[in-house]
Amino acid sequence: MYHPTVARLTYRGLLGRRRALILFALPALLLAISVAVRLLTGADDQTAANVLGGFALATMVPLIGVIAGTGAIGPEIDDGSVVYLLSKPVKRTSIILTKLTVAAGVSVAFSAVPTLIAGFLLNGNSRQIAVAYAVAAAVASVAYSAIFLLLGTVTRHAVVASLVYALVWESLFGSLIPGARTLSVQQWALSLAQRIAGEGAVDAEVGLPLALTLLVAVTVAATAFAAHKLRSLTLGGEE
Amino acid sequence: MPPETRTTAASGRQQGAAPDVIHNIGYRTYDGPRLGRGYARRSLYAQSLRGAYGLGRSAKSKVMPMILFGVMCLPAAIVVAVAVSTKMNKLPMEYTRYAIWLQLVIGLYLAAQAPQSVSRDLRFRTVPLYFSRPIERVDYVVAKFAAMASALFVLTATPLLILYVGALLAKMDFAVQTKGFAYGLASVTLLSLFYAGIGLVVAALTPRRGFGVAAVIAVLTIPYGAVSTIQNIALASDNIRAVEWLGLFSPITLIDGVQTAFLSATSAFPDGHGPGTGAGTVYLLVVLALIAGSYGLLMRRYRKAGL
Repeated sequence: MYHPTVARLTYRGLLGRRRALILFALPALLLAISVAVRLLTGADDQTAANVLGGFALATMVPLIGVIAGTGAIGPEIDDGSVVYLLSKPVKRTSIILTKLTVAAGVSVAFSAVPTLIAGFLLNGNSRQIAVAYAVAAAVASVAYSAIFLLLGTVTRHAVVASLVYALVWESLFGSLIPGARTLSVQQWALSLAQRIAGEGAVDAEVGLPLALTLLVAVTVAATAFAAHKLRSLTLGGEE
Repeated sequence: MPPETRTTAASGRQQGAAPDVIHNIGYRTYDGPRLGRGYARRSLYAQSLRGAYGLGRSAKSKVMPMILFGVMCLPAAIVVAVAVSTKMNKLPMEYTRYAIWLQLVIGLYLAAQAPQSVSRDLRFRTVPLYFSRPIERVDYVVAKFAAMASALFVLTATPLLILYVGALLAKMDFAVQTKGFAYGLASVTLLSLFYAGIGLVVAALTPRRGFGVAAVIAVLTIPYGAVSTIQNIALASDNIRAVEWLGLFSPITLIDGVQTAFLSATSAFPDGHGPGTGAGTVYLLVVLALIAGSYGLLMRRYRKAGL
């Protein structure tokens, strides 16, 4: 189900060119902020949770997810070169699974790992905050990659659609309407962080069993639907 | 004009072959009115502005800008409805605060429309076709810049107009409302120019559409996320001066700082610690420098575009 050549091409598409600039700039910014904050205020659990929750998990992880998830398939469909891939004797399900693996791997590497390092820089993993947020970032990355990969196969405006979900739904509606938080990858990941971190270090809106069920369900459903969409893909012209 | 024929001497090598002939079949040069550079520039401006709302393009490309326009106006209508029905004597929201509050929608609109305005011309190498018309590089850049800024102005000023008309219909104080509305308009004018510059520069540097969208949104939201996180931490450690100056490092806080200092807005900075007049001057200078800088960068970008 994993096709090395497809994986190599996807890696090259994701990490080649200027796309990699954003992917490297975001974690670098997070680490710079962490160092600055540590120097300004010293080690403090609440500050660490603010930076990791407010910047890393709320802004950085969704954006990296958007770039990796839509970038894994969007440009190929956009410029039509996906037909060369689809005309090869490779199962389309395994194309999707390979691209998902690569996208998830890239976003975990660029979001969870820096989050872990930033956590250690901020408060030396006191009360397991660094590990908790890193696990949350990793889980959220996988779910985001699956969702945004699906959007990449569904619409030509995948990046805008993903950003609408990540920014408008999770940030704007999430902060205004409490009910919207139940349906948010970020909150599901946070409930996992809540379980790992020390008592009262992380607040989540959703219970852990529900969150895990939803995470797995959304990831699997999005992947299955993406595979289905790719099987029946038709190429349109440029508007 | 009767068709004439003119014969040329046959080439020396082919003695005896039929002589080469160029027939004048009556082509005439265009001698009607030429509309010139100004007209081409106005057309490009109008076409780009209409394109920013999907007018004159496919139905699919109207969906996103129209939805975002609706989302932008809806809260204003709700605010007016609430204010009128509960008989308030002033609006529950300042004019200047509106754009800051809905900055995500403005950002998304810019991210969706700036790449369609400039990236497609670059990607499909149609830029040289524009320059085969009597327009210069400066005309192209100015027209695109003005069109994007106007589109953003329509997006941000319409809800303010709804608020203003609603406030007047509810018989609120005319002078106060007019002053607030004028300040609001000044603020969104600056915001439109500033955002248009940022969006076009980023889009012009990234011709691939999907990536351009992500890059524009990243440039707008990442600094904001970083700045507000650090501002909150600075506030928690009672470092108020740092809160004031940190706003210089993200687009929307720059606008917020300018309008707090000069347009009597309440700052959206944590705890309302916006810059005073002194720091506000720096904010204004930075905004103006960035607008000028983005214009300069666009001019540089198009020096060799598509050739």
